[in-house]
Amino acid sequence: MKRHLLSAGDLSRDDAELILATAEELRTLADRPIKKLPALRGRTVVNLFFEDSTRTRISFEAAAKRLSADVINFSAKGSSLSKGESLKDTSLTLEAMGADAVVVRHWASGAPHLLANAGWSRSSVVNAGDGTHEHPTQALLDAFTMWRHLGDLDGRRVAIVGDVLHSRVARSNALLLNTLGAEVTLVAPPTLLPVGVDGWDVETSYDLDAVLPKTDVVMMLRVQRERMNASFFPTVREYSRRYGLDGRRMATLQDHTIVMHPGPMNRGMEITADVADSQRSVIVEQVTNGVAVRMAVLYLLLGGSEPAIGGGEE
Amino acid sequence: MSASSAVPAPEPAPGPDPGTFGRTVLDPHDITRALTRIAHEILERNKGAEDLVLLGIPSRGVPLARRVATKMAVVEEADVPVGSLDVTMYRDDLRMRPARTLLPTEIPPGGIDGRTVVLVDDVLFSGRTIRAALDALNDIGRPRAVRLAVLVDRGHRELPIRADFVGKNLPTSLVESVAVRLAEVDGVDAVTISGTSSGASRGGKA
Repeated sequence: MKRHLLSAGDLSRDDAELILATAEELRTLADRPIKKLPALRGRTVVNLFFEDSTRTRISFEAAAKRLSADVINFSAKGSSLSKGESLKDTSLTLEAMGADAVVVRHWASGAPHLLANAGWSRSSVVNAGDGTHEHPTQALLDAFTMWRHLGDLDGRRVAIVGDVLHSRVARSNALLLNTLGAEVTLVAPPTLLPVGVDGWDVETSYDLDAVLPKTDVVMMLRVQRERMNASFFPTVREYSRRYGLDGRRMATLQDHTIVMHPGPMNRGMEITADVADSQRSVIVEQVTNGVAVRMAVLYLLLGGSEPAIGGGEE
Repeated sequence: MSASSAVPAPEPAPGPDPGTFGRTVLDPHDITRALTRIAHEILERNKGAEDLVLLGIPSRGVPLARRVATKMAVVEEADVPVGSLDVTMYRDDLRMRPARTLLPTEIPPGGIDGRTVVLVDDVLFSGRTIRAALDALNDIGRPRAVRLAVLVDRGHRELPIRADFVGKNLPTSLVESVAVRLAEVDGVDAVTISGTSSGASRGGKA
Protein backbone atom coordinates (compact mmCIF):
# COMPACT_ATOMS: atom_id res chain seq x y z
CA MET A 1 0.00 0.00 0.00
CA LYS A 2 1.31 3.42 -0.89
CA ARG A 3 1.13 6.15 1.66
CA HIS A 4 3.39 8.65 0.00
CA LEU A 5 3.02 11.33 -2.61
CA LEU A 6 6.22 11.15 -4.61
CA SER A 7 5.13 11.69 -8.18
CA ALA A 8 2.14 13.23 -9.88
CA GLY A 9 2.23 10.13 -12.06
CA ASP A 10 1.29 7.93 -9.09
CA LEU A 11 -2.14 9.53 -8.88
CA SER A 12 -5.05 7.95 -10.68
CA ARG A 13 -7.73 10.18 -12.08
CA ASP A 14 -9.97 9.31 -9.14
CA ASP A 15 -7.20 10.21 -6.69
CA ALA A 16 -6.56 13.53 -8.39
CA GLU A 17 -10.23 14.43 -8.51
CA LEU A 18 -10.67 13.47 -4.86
CA ILE A 19 -7.82 15.83 -3.95
CA LEU A 20 -9.33 18.65 -6.00
CA ALA A 21 -12.80 18.14 -4.50
CA THR A 22 -11.36 18.01 -0.99
CA ALA A 23 -9.34 21.16 -1.64
CA GLU A 24 -12.49 22.91 -2.80
CA GLU A 25 -14.15 22.23 0.55
CA LEU A 26 -11.04 23.22 2.48
CA ARG A 27 -10.66 26.46 0.57
CA THR A 28 -13.72 27.89 2.32
CA LEU A 29 -11.88 27.58 5.62
CA ALA A 30 -9.98 30.75 4.76
CA ASP A 31 -13.25 32.70 5.06
CA ARG A 32 -14.07 31.48 8.55
CA PRO A 33 -13.24 33.22 11.81
CA ILE A 34 -11.38 30.18 13.10
CA LYS A 35 -9.16 28.89 10.32
CA LYS A 36 -8.51 25.55 11.88
CA LEU A 37 -9.79 22.00 11.66
CA PRO A 38 -9.03 19.23 14.15
CA ALA A 39 -8.36 16.45 11.65
CA LEU A 40 -4.62 15.98 12.29
CA ARG A 41 -4.58 16.79 16.01
CA GLY A 42 -1.65 15.04 17.64
CA ARG A 43 0.10 14.20 14.39
CA THR A 44 3.54 15.53 13.60
CA VAL A 45 4.55 16.84 10.20
CA VAL A 46 8.21 17.56 9.55
CA ASN A 47 9.20 19.98 6.84
CA LEU A 48 12.60 18.75 5.72
CA PHE A 49 14.10 21.28 3.34
CA PHE A 50 17.53 20.72 1.82
CA GLU A 51 17.01 23.50 -0.66
CA ASP A 52 15.88 27.09 -0.26
CA SER A 53 12.18 27.63 -0.51
CA THR A 54 9.83 30.24 0.78
CA ARG A 55 6.39 29.67 -0.60
CA THR A 56 6.37 25.89 -0.62
CA ARG A 57 7.61 25.58 2.95
CA ILE A 58 5.28 28.26 4.26
CA SER A 59 2.41 26.76 2.33
CA PHE A 60 2.98 23.31 3.77
CA GLU A 61 3.43 24.78 7.22
CA ALA A 62 0.17 26.71 6.99
CA ALA A 63 -1.63 23.66 5.62
CA ALA A 64 -0.44 21.38 8.40
CA LYS A 65 -1.18 23.95 11.10
CA ARG A 66 -4.69 24.59 9.83
CA LEU A 67 -5.31 20.89 10.23
CA SER A 68 -4.00 21.13 13.82
CA ALA A 69 -0.88 19.04 13.18
CA ASP A 70 2.33 19.82 15.04
CA VAL A 71 4.89 21.17 12.60
CA ILE A 72 8.65 20.87 12.89
CA ASN A 73 10.71 22.82 10.39
CA PHE A 74 14.07 21.35 9.56
CA SER A 75 16.17 23.12 7.00
CA ALA A 76 19.65 22.33 5.81
CA LYS A 77 21.10 25.64 6.84
CA GLY A 78 21.96 25.87 10.51
CA SER A 79 21.34 22.22 11.25
CA SER A 80 23.33 19.02 11.42
CA LEU A 81 22.63 18.63 7.73
CA SER A 82 25.20 21.29 7.02
CA LYS A 83 27.66 19.23 9.05
CA GLY A 84 27.38 16.44 6.54
CA GLU A 85 24.80 14.16 8.10
CA SER A 86 23.52 11.60 5.64
CA LEU A 87 19.92 11.42 4.51
CA LYS A 88 19.65 8.08 6.26
CA ASP A 89 20.74 9.40 9.63
CA THR A 90 18.44 12.38 9.30
CA SER A 91 15.59 10.06 8.49
CA LEU A 92 16.32 7.83 11.48
CA THR A 93 16.39 10.91 13.70
CA LEU A 94 13.01 12.06 12.44
CA GLU A 95 11.61 8.58 12.91
CA ALA A 96 12.87 8.55 16.47
CA MET A 97 11.08 11.86 17.06
CA GLY A 98 7.82 10.33 15.91
CA ALA A 99 7.19 12.12 12.65
CA ASP A 100 3.99 10.97 10.98
CA ALA A 101 4.76 12.71 7.72
CA VAL A 102 7.90 14.14 6.20
CA VAL A 103 7.55 16.86 3.61
CA VAL A 104 10.84 16.82 1.76
CA ARG A 105 12.48 19.24 -0.64
CA HIS A 106 15.87 18.11 -1.92
CA TRP A 107 18.30 19.25 -4.59
CA ALA A 108 18.82 15.64 -5.66
CA SER A 109 16.22 14.10 -7.92
CA GLY A 110 14.92 10.91 -6.30
CA ALA A 111 15.73 11.81 -2.69
CA PRO A 112 12.06 11.58 -1.58
CA HIS A 113 11.80 8.21 -3.27
CA LEU A 114 14.81 6.96 -1.35
CA LEU A 115 13.40 8.36 1.88
CA ALA A 116 10.09 6.62 1.29
CA ASN A 117 11.34 3.25 0.13
CA ALA A 118 14.61 2.61 1.92
CA GLY A 119 12.81 1.30 5.00
CA TRP A 120 14.38 3.87 7.30
CA SER A 121 11.12 5.14 8.65
CA ARG A 122 7.41 4.54 8.72
CA SER A 123 6.29 8.08 8.04
CA SER A 124 4.46 9.21 4.95
CA VAL A 125 6.68 11.10 2.54
CA VAL A 126 5.41 14.03 0.52
CA ASN A 127 7.65 15.25 -2.26
CA ALA A 128 7.90 19.04 -2.11
CA GLY A 129 10.26 19.21 -5.06
CA ASP A 130 13.27 17.04 -5.84
CA GLY A 131 15.99 18.36 -8.13
CA THR A 132 14.76 18.67 -11.68
CA HIS A 133 12.42 15.73 -11.24
CA GLU A 134 8.99 16.35 -9.72
CA HIS A 135 6.89 18.72 -7.64
CA PRO A 136 3.51 16.99 -7.39
CA THR A 137 1.72 19.39 -5.03
CA GLN A 138 2.58 22.28 -7.34
CA ALA A 139 0.96 20.37 -10.21
CA LEU A 140 -2.08 19.72 -8.03
CA LEU A 141 -2.48 23.35 -7.09
CA ASP A 142 -2.03 24.36 -10.72
CA ALA A 143 -4.68 21.87 -11.81
CA PHE A 144 -6.94 23.09 -9.00
CA THR A 145 -6.53 26.70 -10.13
CA MET A 146 -7.31 25.77 -13.75
CA TRP A 147 -10.28 23.70 -12.65
CA ARG A 148 -11.72 26.61 -10.67
CA HIS A 149 -11.45 28.91 -13.68
CA LEU A 150 -12.23 26.58 -16.55
CA GLY A 151 -14.22 23.70 -15.07
CA ASP A 152 -13.51 20.19 -16.27
CA LEU A 153 -10.03 19.93 -17.78
CA ASP A 154 -10.94 17.28 -20.33
CA GLY A 155 -9.75 18.47 -23.73
CA ARG A 156 -8.44 21.80 -22.39
CA ARG A 157 -5.18 22.99 -23.91
CA VAL A 158 -2.35 23.98 -21.63
CA ALA A 159 0.88 25.56 -22.87
CA ILE A 160 3.87 25.21 -20.55
CA VAL A 161 6.46 27.71 -21.65
CA GLY A 162 10.14 28.20 -20.91
CA ASP A 163 12.80 26.33 -19.02
CA VAL A 164 11.26 22.86 -19.20
CA LEU A 165 14.66 21.22 -18.90
CA HIS A 166 15.23 22.28 -15.30
CA SER A 167 11.58 22.33 -14.29
CA ARG A 168 10.13 19.76 -11.94
CA VAL A 169 6.92 21.77 -12.15
CA ALA A 170 6.67 21.09 -15.89
CA ARG A 171 7.17 17.36 -15.52
CA SER A 172 4.64 16.98 -12.71
CA ASN A 173 2.15 19.15 -14.55
CA ALA A 174 2.53 17.17 -17.77
CA LEU A 175 1.87 13.92 -15.90
CA LEU A 176 -1.09 15.18 -13.91
CA LEU A 177 -2.72 17.11 -16.74
CA ASN A 178 -2.53 14.02 -18.93
CA THR A 179 -4.26 12.06 -16.20
CA LEU A 180 -6.98 14.71 -16.05
CA GLY A 181 -7.48 14.66 -19.82
CA ALA A 182 -5.93 18.00 -20.76
CA GLU A 183 -3.68 18.45 -23.80
CA VAL A 184 -0.26 19.78 -22.91
CA THR A 185 2.09 21.62 -25.25
CA LEU A 186 5.61 22.35 -24.09
CA VAL A 187 7.07 25.49 -25.64
CA ALA A 188 10.79 26.04 -25.25
CA PRO A 189 13.98 26.58 -27.15
CA PRO A 190 15.46 23.24 -28.25
CA THR A 191 18.23 23.57 -25.67
CA LEU A 192 15.73 23.77 -22.82
CA LEU A 193 13.68 20.70 -23.69
CA PRO A 194 14.77 17.59 -21.80
CA VAL A 195 16.11 14.53 -23.57
CA GLY A 196 13.38 11.92 -23.77
CA VAL A 197 10.55 14.41 -23.89
CA ASP A 198 9.02 12.26 -26.66
CA GLY A 199 8.02 9.81 -23.97
CA TRP A 200 6.02 12.41 -22.03
CA ASP A 201 2.89 12.14 -24.15
CA VAL A 202 2.85 15.87 -24.85
CA GLU A 203 3.29 18.05 -27.89
CA THR A 204 6.30 20.28 -28.22
CA SER A 205 6.81 23.52 -30.08
CA TYR A 206 9.57 26.08 -30.54
CA ASP A 207 7.14 28.77 -31.65
CA LEU A 208 5.32 30.56 -28.82
CA ASP A 209 3.33 32.88 -31.11
CA ALA A 210 1.76 29.94 -32.93
CA VAL A 211 0.66 28.23 -29.72
CA LEU A 212 -0.78 31.16 -27.75
CA PRO A 213 -4.05 31.79 -29.67
CA LYS A 214 -5.16 28.17 -29.30
CA THR A 215 -4.45 27.59 -25.66
CA ASP A 216 -6.73 27.82 -22.60
CA VAL A 217 -3.91 28.16 -20.08
CA VAL A 218 -0.44 29.67 -20.41
CA MET A 219 1.95 28.55 -17.73
CA MET A 220 5.22 30.46 -17.74
CA LEU A 221 8.19 28.75 -16.10
CA ARG A 222 10.98 30.45 -14.27
CA VAL A 223 14.33 30.40 -16.04
CA GLN A 224 16.39 28.56 -13.46
CA ARG A 225 19.73 30.18 -13.91
CA GLU A 226 21.05 28.69 -10.70
CA ARG A 227 20.83 25.27 -12.29
CA MET A 228 22.32 26.31 -15.59
CA ASN A 229 25.90 25.16 -15.95
CA ALA A 230 26.17 26.00 -19.62
CA SER A 231 24.80 28.50 -22.11
CA PHE A 232 21.32 27.45 -23.06
CA PHE A 233 20.46 30.67 -24.88
CA PRO A 234 22.59 33.55 -26.17
CA THR A 235 21.26 36.43 -24.09
CA VAL A 236 18.45 37.21 -21.70
CA ARG A 237 17.14 39.74 -24.20
CA GLU A 238 16.94 37.17 -26.97
CA TYR A 239 15.23 34.71 -24.65
CA SER A 240 12.55 37.13 -23.62
CA ARG A 241 12.00 38.29 -27.20
CA ARG A 242 11.27 34.75 -28.31
CA TYR A 243 9.87 33.04 -25.22
CA GLY A 244 8.78 35.80 -22.85
CA LEU A 245 5.13 36.70 -22.31
CA ASP A 246 4.56 40.42 -22.81
CA GLY A 247 1.53 42.61 -23.40
CA ARG A 248 1.65 42.17 -27.16
CA ARG A 249 1.62 38.40 -26.94
CA MET A 250 -1.04 38.46 -24.22
CA ALA A 251 -3.34 40.32 -26.62
CA THR A 252 -3.39 37.26 -28.90
CA LEU A 253 -4.89 35.02 -26.20
CA GLN A 254 -8.52 33.94 -26.11
CA ASP A 255 -10.73 35.88 -23.71
CA HIS A 256 -10.98 33.11 -21.13
CA THR A 257 -7.30 32.13 -21.17
CA ILE A 258 -5.52 32.42 -17.84
CA VAL A 259 -1.84 33.12 -17.20
CA MET A 260 -0.02 31.15 -14.52
CA HIS A 261 3.46 31.09 -13.04
CA PRO A 262 4.67 28.81 -10.25
CA GLY A 263 6.87 31.56 -8.80
CA PRO A 264 9.22 33.04 -7.99
CA MET A 265 9.05 35.18 -11.12
CA ASN A 266 11.88 36.80 -13.01
CA ARG A 267 9.90 39.87 -13.99
CA GLY A 268 11.11 41.17 -17.31
CA MET A 269 12.58 37.85 -18.33
CA GLU A 270 9.96 35.15 -18.88
CA ILE A 271 7.05 37.43 -18.02
CA THR A 272 6.67 41.21 -18.06
CA ALA A 273 5.29 43.09 -15.08
CA ASP A 274 2.14 44.24 -16.91
CA VAL A 275 1.24 40.62 -17.72
CA ALA A 276 2.02 39.37 -14.23
CA ASP A 277 -0.25 42.03 -12.73
CA SER A 278 -3.01 41.79 -15.33
CA GLN A 279 -6.57 40.54 -14.92
CA ARG A 280 -5.67 37.26 -16.60
CA SER A 281 -2.94 36.49 -14.15
CA VAL A 282 -3.92 34.00 -11.44
CA ILE A 283 -0.45 33.90 -9.94
CA VAL A 284 -1.47 35.17 -6.51
CA GLU A 285 -4.48 32.86 -6.46
CA GLN A 286 -2.12 29.94 -7.11
CA VAL A 287 -0.51 30.67 -3.75
CA THR A 288 -3.86 30.72 -1.93
CA ASN A 289 -4.89 27.50 -3.61
CA GLY A 290 -1.59 25.93 -2.66
CA VAL A 291 -2.55 25.90 1.01
CA ALA A 292 -5.93 24.29 0.31
CA VAL A 293 -4.44 21.63 -1.95
CA ARG A 294 -1.69 20.78 0.53
CA MET A 295 -4.27 20.53 3.30
CA ALA A 296 -6.20 18.11 1.10
CA VAL A 297 -3.09 16.00 0.48
CA LEU A 298 -2.11 15.89 4.15
CA TYR A 299 -5.67 15.12 5.21
CA LEU A 300 -6.10 12.32 2.69
CA LEU A 301 -2.72 10.78 3.53
CA LEU A 302 -2.82 11.15 7.31
CA GLY A 303 -6.40 11.86 8.35
CA GLY A 304 -7.73 8.31 8.43
CA SER A 305 -6.54 4.88 9.38
CA GLU A 306 -5.03 4.50 5.94
CA PRO A 307 -4.43 6.88 3.04
CA ALA A 308 -7.33 7.63 0.74
CA ILE A 309 -5.13 8.44 -2.24
CA GLY A 310 -2.33 6.72 -4.07
CA GLY A 311 -3.42 3.29 -2.90
CA GLY A 312 -3.04 0.32 -5.21
CA GLU A 313 -6.47 -1.16 -4.75
CA GLU A 314 -8.82 1.70 -5.44
CA MET B 1 -25.43 9.08 11.05
CA SER B 2 -25.52 11.57 8.34
CA ALA B 3 -24.04 9.96 5.29
CA SER B 4 -25.74 6.63 5.19
CA SER B 5 -28.19 6.76 8.03
CA ALA B 6 -28.30 3.04 7.82
CA VAL B 7 -25.51 1.21 9.43
CA PRO B 8 -24.94 0.13 13.00
CA ALA B 9 -21.78 2.04 13.98
CA PRO B 10 -18.44 1.85 12.27
CA GLU B 11 -19.01 -0.21 9.15
CA PRO B 12 -18.35 1.90 6.07
CA ALA B 13 -21.72 2.78 4.68
CA PRO B 14 -22.33 1.16 1.32
CA GLY B 15 -24.66 2.92 -1.06
CA PRO B 16 -28.22 1.79 -0.92
CA ASP B 17 -28.44 -1.67 -2.39
CA PRO B 18 -31.74 -2.20 -4.16
CA GLY B 19 -33.66 -5.09 -2.73
CA THR B 20 -32.21 -4.87 0.75
CA PHE B 21 -34.20 -1.93 2.02
CA GLY B 22 -36.70 -4.05 3.90
CA ARG B 23 -39.95 -2.87 5.42
CA THR B 24 -41.19 0.62 4.66
CA VAL B 25 -41.78 2.64 7.81
CA LEU B 26 -42.51 6.04 6.31
CA ASP B 27 -43.86 6.58 2.81
CA PRO B 28 -43.56 9.89 0.92
CA HIS B 29 -46.78 11.25 2.44
CA ASP B 30 -45.67 10.35 5.95
CA ILE B 31 -42.35 12.11 5.38
CA THR B 32 -44.08 15.24 4.11
CA ARG B 33 -46.47 15.29 7.07
CA ALA B 34 -43.61 14.76 9.52
CA LEU B 35 -41.60 17.63 8.03
CA THR B 36 -44.62 19.91 8.03
CA ARG B 37 -45.17 19.20 11.70
CA ILE B 38 -41.49 19.75 12.48
CA ALA B 39 -41.58 23.10 10.66
CA HIS B 40 -44.58 24.20 12.72
CA GLU B 41 -43.05 22.99 15.96
CA ILE B 42 -39.81 24.87 15.31
CA LEU B 43 -41.73 28.06 14.55
CA GLU B 44 -43.92 27.61 17.60
CA ARG B 45 -40.96 27.02 19.89
CA ASN B 46 -39.05 29.96 18.39
CA LYS B 47 -42.13 32.20 18.36
CA GLY B 48 -41.71 32.89 14.66
CA ALA B 49 -38.98 32.65 12.10
CA GLU B 50 -36.82 35.44 13.45
CA ASP B 51 -33.10 34.70 13.82
CA LEU B 52 -33.56 31.07 12.82
CA VAL B 53 -30.86 29.32 10.80
CA LEU B 54 -31.32 25.76 9.57
CA LEU B 55 -28.15 23.73 9.07
CA GLY B 56 -28.48 20.33 7.45
CA ILE B 57 -25.87 17.68 8.09
CA PRO B 58 -24.76 16.20 4.73
CA SER B 59 -25.75 14.41 2.87
CA ARG B 60 -29.44 13.80 3.62
CA GLY B 61 -29.86 16.37 6.33
CA VAL B 62 -29.37 19.11 3.77
CA PRO B 63 -32.41 18.41 1.55
CA LEU B 64 -34.45 17.85 4.72
CA ALA B 65 -33.41 21.29 6.01
CA ARG B 66 -34.38 22.84 2.65
CA ARG B 67 -37.79 21.19 2.77
CA VAL B 68 -38.42 22.40 6.30
CA ALA B 69 -37.42 25.93 5.26
CA THR B 70 -39.80 25.79 2.29
CA LYS B 71 -42.64 24.83 4.60
CA MET B 72 -41.73 27.63 6.99
CA ALA B 73 -41.77 30.09 4.13
CA VAL B 74 -45.37 29.11 3.42
CA VAL B 75 -46.43 29.49 7.04
CA GLU B 76 -44.53 32.60 8.05
CA GLU B 77 -43.81 34.23 4.71
CA ALA B 78 -40.24 34.65 5.82
CA ASP B 79 -37.16 33.15 4.23
CA VAL B 80 -35.25 31.17 6.80
CA PRO B 81 -31.55 30.84 5.90
CA VAL B 82 -30.49 27.28 5.13
CA GLY B 83 -26.97 25.93 5.06
CA SER B 84 -25.02 22.75 5.50
CA LEU B 85 -22.52 21.67 8.11
CA ASP B 86 -20.05 18.90 7.34
CA VAL B 87 -18.83 17.16 10.47
CA THR B 88 -16.35 14.73 8.89
CA MET B 89 -13.22 16.25 10.40
CA TYR B 90 -14.81 16.42 13.85
CA ARG B 91 -15.89 12.77 14.02
CA ASP B 92 -14.48 10.72 16.86
CA ASP B 93 -13.92 7.75 14.55
CA LEU B 94 -11.93 9.72 11.94
CA ARG B 95 -8.77 7.80 12.76
CA MET B 96 -10.48 4.42 12.60
CA ARG B 97 -11.34 4.45 8.90
CA PRO B 98 -9.68 5.52 5.68
CA ALA B 99 -9.80 9.29 5.25
CA ARG B 100 -13.26 10.22 4.11
CA THR B 101 -14.43 12.55 1.43
CA LEU B 102 -15.41 15.95 2.75
CA LEU B 103 -18.92 17.20 2.11
CA PRO B 104 -19.97 20.80 1.66
CA THR B 105 -20.15 23.23 4.54
CA GLU B 106 -22.12 26.30 3.58
CA ILE B 107 -22.88 28.82 6.27
CA PRO B 108 -25.55 31.36 5.23
CA PRO B 109 -24.16 34.88 4.70
CA GLY B 110 -25.62 36.18 7.97
CA GLY B 111 -23.53 33.71 9.95
CA ILE B 112 -24.74 32.00 13.11
CA ASP B 113 -23.63 34.39 15.83
CA GLY B 114 -26.55 35.21 18.10
CA ARG B 115 -28.97 33.12 16.03
CA THR B 116 -30.93 30.03 16.90
CA VAL B 117 -29.39 27.22 14.89
CA VAL B 118 -31.50 24.17 14.17
CA LEU B 119 -29.40 21.19 13.13
CA VAL B 120 -31.27 18.90 10.78
CA ASP B 121 -30.32 15.27 10.18
CA ASP B 122 -32.06 12.21 8.85
CA VAL B 123 -31.47 9.62 11.58
CA LEU B 124 -30.50 10.10 15.21
CA PHE B 125 -28.70 7.00 16.46
CA SER B 126 -25.61 7.01 18.68
CA GLY B 127 -25.55 10.80 18.94
CA ARG B 128 -21.91 10.93 17.87
CA THR B 129 -22.64 12.80 14.67
CA ILE B 130 -24.44 15.48 16.64
CA ARG B 131 -21.56 15.76 19.11
CA ALA B 132 -19.26 16.30 16.14
CA ALA B 133 -21.68 18.88 14.75
CA LEU B 134 -21.65 20.80 18.04
CA ASP B 135 -17.86 20.89 17.92
CA ALA B 136 -17.94 22.05 14.32
CA LEU B 137 -20.39 24.82 15.20
CA ASN B 138 -18.07 25.95 17.95
CA ASP B 139 -15.41 26.79 15.33
CA ILE B 140 -17.86 28.75 13.21
CA GLY B 141 -19.52 31.03 15.69
CA ARG B 142 -21.57 31.34 18.83
CA PRO B 143 -25.27 30.71 18.32
CA ARG B 144 -27.74 31.87 20.94
CA ALA B 145 -29.17 28.36 21.03
CA VAL B 146 -28.76 25.10 19.16
CA ARG B 147 -31.67 22.75 18.56
CA LEU B 148 -31.88 19.41 16.85
CA ALA B 149 -34.48 18.18 14.37
CA VAL B 150 -34.37 14.63 12.97
CA LEU B 151 -36.64 12.70 10.68
CA VAL B 152 -36.15 9.44 12.55
CA ASP B 153 -34.98 8.75 16.09
CA ARG B 154 -34.01 5.11 16.29
CA GLY B 155 -32.68 5.11 19.85
CA HIS B 156 -29.47 3.51 21.16
CA ARG B 157 -27.84 6.74 22.22
CA GLU B 158 -24.20 6.54 23.33
CA LEU B 159 -23.98 10.17 24.42
CA PRO B 160 -26.26 12.45 26.44
CA ILE B 161 -27.94 13.99 23.39
CA ARG B 162 -31.62 14.22 22.51
CA ALA B 163 -33.61 15.66 19.66
CA ASP B 164 -35.93 18.66 20.10
CA PHE B 165 -38.04 17.83 17.05
CA VAL B 166 -38.60 14.27 15.86
CA GLY B 167 -40.43 13.09 12.75
CA LYS B 168 -40.86 9.55 13.99
CA ASN B 169 -39.62 7.61 16.96
CA LEU B 170 -38.61 4.22 15.65
CA PRO B 171 -37.69 1.62 18.24
CA THR B 172 -35.08 -0.64 16.68
CA SER B 173 -32.70 -3.37 17.66
CA LEU B 174 -29.00 -2.92 17.06
CA VAL B 175 -28.89 -5.55 14.33
CA GLU B 176 -31.46 -3.66 12.30
CA SER B 177 -30.57 -0.85 9.98
CA VAL B 178 -32.65 2.14 9.05
CA ALA B 179 -32.35 3.62 5.57
CA VAL B 180 -33.64 7.07 4.71
CA ARG B 181 -33.95 7.76 1.01
CA LEU B 182 -34.89 11.17 -0.29
CA ALA B 183 -35.95 12.25 -3.77
CA GLU B 184 -33.12 14.83 -4.02
CA VAL B 185 -30.41 12.24 -3.38
CA ASP B 186 -31.91 8.83 -4.15
CA GLY B 187 -34.77 9.61 -6.49
CA VAL B 188 -37.40 8.37 -4.06
CA ASP B 189 -38.78 9.27 -0.63
CA ALA B 190 -38.86 6.39 1.83
CA VAL B 191 -37.74 5.31 5.27
CA THR B 192 -37.19 1.57 5.53
CA ILE B 193 -35.98 -0.81 8.16
CA SER B 194 -34.17 -4.05 7.43
CA GLY B 195 -31.93 -6.72 8.86
CA THR B 196 -34.36 -7.78 11.58
CA SER B 197 -33.31 -10.51 13.98
CA SER B 198 -35.40 -13.17 12.26
CA GLY B 199 -33.69 -12.40 9.01
CA ALA B 200 -35.10 -12.34 5.51
CA SER B 201 -38.36 -14.09 6.40
CA ARG B 202 -39.66 -10.94 8.03
CA GLY B 203 -38.23 -8.56 5.51
CA GLY B 204 -41.32 -8.92 3.39
CA LYS B 205 -41.72 -6.53 0.55
CA ALA B 206 -38.77 -4.49 -0.58
